[in-house]
Amino acid sequence: MEAIIVENISKNYKDIQALKEVSFQVKEGEIFGLIGPDGAGKSTLFRILTTLLLPDSGKGFVAGHPIVEEFKSIRKKVGYMPGKFSLYQDLSVEENLSFFATIFGTTIEENYDLIKDIYEQIEPFKKRLAGKLSGGMKQKLALCCALIHKPEVLFLDEPTTGVDVVSRQEFWEMLAVLKQKGISILVSTPYMEEAILCDRIALILNGEILNIDTPNQMIQNFDKTIYAIKCNRLYDLIHYLRTQDYTESCLPFGENLHLVTKEKVEIEKLKKEIITQGFEQVEIEKITPTIEDVFLHLGQEKKEDAN
Amino acid sequence: MKILRYLIQKEFIQILRNKALLPMMTILPIVQLILLSTAASNEVKNVDIVIVDLDQTESSRLLKRKIIANNRFSLIANPFSTKEANQFLQANKADIALVIPNDFEKDFLRREKPSLQIIANAINGQQATVGSGYLSNIIYSFNENLIQEYIYLQALNKKQKENPIQIVPRNWYNEELKYTHFMAPGILAELTALLTIVLSAMNIVREREIGTIEQINVTPIKKWQFILGKLIPFLCVGIVLLVVGILTSKIVFDIPIVGNVGLLFGYAIINLIAVLGLGLLISNFANTQQQAIFVAFFFILIFILMCGLFTPIDSMPKWAQYFTIPNPLAQFVSVSRKILMKGSTIWDIRFEIFYTIILAIVFNSLAIWSYKKQE
Repeated sequence: MEAIIVENISKNYKDIQALKEVSFQVKEGEIFGLIGPDGAGKSTLFRILTTLLLPDSGKGFVAGHPIVEEFKSIRKKVGYMPGKFSLYQDLSVEENLSFFATIFGTTIEENYDLIKDIYEQIEPFKKRLAGKLSGGMKQKLALCCALIHKPEVLFLDEPTTGVDVVSRQEFWEMLAVLKQKGISILVSTPYMEEAILCDRIALILNGEILNIDTPNQMIQNFDKTIYAIKCNRLYDLIHYLRTQDYTESCLPFGENLHLVTKEKVEIEKLKKEIITQGFEQVEIEKITPTIEDVFLHLGQEKKEDAN
Repeated sequence: MKILRYLIQKEFIQILRNKALLPMMTILPIVQLILLSTAASNEVKNVDIVIVDLDQTESSRLLKRKIIANNRFSLIANPFSTKEANQFLQANKADIALVIPNDFEKDFLRREKPSLQIIANAINGQQATVGSGYLSNIIYSFNENLIQEYIYLQALNKKQKENPIQIVPRNWYNEELKYTHFMAPGILAELTALLTIVLSAMNIVREREIGTIEQINVTPIKKWQFILGKLIPFLCVGIVLLVVGILTSKIVFDIPIVGNVGLLFGYAIINLIAVLGLGLLISNFANTQQQAIFVAFFFILIFILMCGLFTPIDSMPKWAQYFTIPNPLAQFVSVSRKILMKGSTIWDIRFEIFYTIILAIVFNSLAIWSYKKQE
C-alpha cells in the first residue's frame, strides 16, 4: 500500500495557480523529498494533504484514506510539522509534549520509545518555555510533538529552514531512524544538498512537478556534461558564454559558473577561447552534476518551453 | 472528557503565566469600579445662578433667600438688567438666570399672576434641565407658601383653616437615592462582560497569529471540545471578577445586597456564556488581534451606551428599546440591579433569563459553526 497518493491535484488562490495537476506517490517507509524554491507550492500541497486545505480538483489518499471524504481518519494517523514553529511558546517543553499527547488520546509514556532518541536531547530543558528554546531545539520539540501519537505518515514542511548546519545534520539522522521504524515521511526543503538524503525526490517549481526519481538516478539521467569555470569577471563571462553555440545553459554557482554544453567540449580549447576574449585567472574543471544542477537545468528548460 | 480537561488546564496555565493578563483581570476592574461608580454621576450638584431682582421688595428678597439657602445653587451675581444676566450666561459663568420682574409683589397681591423668567444655559443640557427643574420646584413651593399665608390670613378672618394636600415622595429600593448604590451593580456587570468579551475575542485569533491553530487543526480534536476548552476558563475568570467586584462594592460603597447572590451568579454564568460566545465568534472571523479588538470595541461601545447604565432604557426611542433585548449587557445590568437592590426572585427576572439563554445558544452555535478546521 502507498502511504501517500496524489493524483492531479490543482489549487488556485484567486488568479494564482499554486498547484498544477500534481501527481506522485510515496511508498510506505520511504523518505520522499519535495525539493523546490520558496513559492513553488510545497506548503500548499502539505496543507492539502494534512486536510487543512481543500484542493480545487484532483484526488489524494493518505494512509489509505481519501483526503476530502475521510479527513477525520487521516488526522488521527498523521503527524504534521508546519514550516512555522507552531507550538505554544508560553508552555514548557514538557507541557507542550503532554498537551499534544493528550489531544491524540495517548500519553508520553505509551510512545516514549519512538521519541526517546530525540527527546533525550531536549530533556535537560524540559522545564523551559518553548519560546525560549534555540532554533534547533525548537525543531526537535516540534518533531517530538508530531510523533507523540505514533503517526503512520509524517509531514515535515521545511523542517530545517533557519536551523544551523549541525542541527540540520542531526535532524536528518533522526529521520533515518524514524524510517527504520516504518514511518513514511514526506519532507520539503529548499536546500538541494538535503535532497540526496531522501529515498526519492520530486522537483517542484511554480506548482508543477519537474521530475520524480531517486536522487542518484536523477543525477545519472542527467546526461549532459558540466564544467565549473572560474575567472576574474564572472558576470561578463556568463554573457559571453550564453551567446555561444555550444552552450546549453550557463548559470552562476557560488564563485563558479556551471556551464552545460550540448556536446563534449575540450577543456583546453575552451580555456584558450575564454582567455583570448580577455578574461584572466581562468580555471575550468569537469564536474559531476548535483541535484541543484539538475533542478536549475530543468527549471531553465521549463522557462524556455513557456516562452 | 480527558481532552477537554487538558485543554482547559492548558488555557489556565497560559492565563496565569501571562504577566499582563493577571493585573488586567484583577486590579484594573477594581480601579474602574471605584472610579466610575463615584465619578460617573448624573446628579447635578451645583448650579451657578444669577438673579436679576427688578422688584426689590419683601417677597422678591424672600424668594432669593430661599434659592440661596438651597445648597445646590450658588449665587454668582446680582445683575441689574436682563442684558447683564445674559452676559453671564454667554461667558459660561452661570448656568441659569432668574429674572424677577418689576411689580412682582404688587401683581401677586393683586392676584394678577406675575410671571418669572428662567433663562437656562442649555449647552450642558443636563445641567440646564435639572437646574431649572430644581428652581421651578423652589418657586412652586414659595408660591404655595405665599398663597397659604394669604389664605391663612383670610381664613383667620373667616375663622376657618384649610389644609392643602402634601406630597412626600419616598424612594423605594434606594431610600437615600445613593448614586453609588445604583451605579456599582451596573458597572460591575459591565466590567465583567467587557473583560470577558475582550479576552475571548483575542484568544483564538492569537492562536491563529502564532500558528498554533495549524497544529491543533491537524489533530482529531472536535470543534465543540476546542470551543468549550476556550469558554470554560474565561467563564471562571469572569466569575472570579464578579466575586472580586461584589466584595469591592460591598466594602467600599456598602452597596445593599438584598437578593440571593447565588441567583445572581447563576444568571451571570448564562450571561457570560453568551458574551464569550460572541467573543469567540469575533475571534473566528478576525485574522489578527488588531482586527478582533476593533470589532470587539464596536460591539462593546454599543452595548455599554445602550445598556441602561448611563441613560435609562425607558427614555430611549422605541426602536432603540427593542435593540436592548439582544444586548447581553443590558440584561446583565438590569438583573444585577434587580437582585442586589430589589431582592428580585428568579420569577421576577424570567424574561432576562429567557433572552440571555437564547443569546447564549445563538452566539455559541455560531462560534462552533464558524470555527473551521479546514479551508
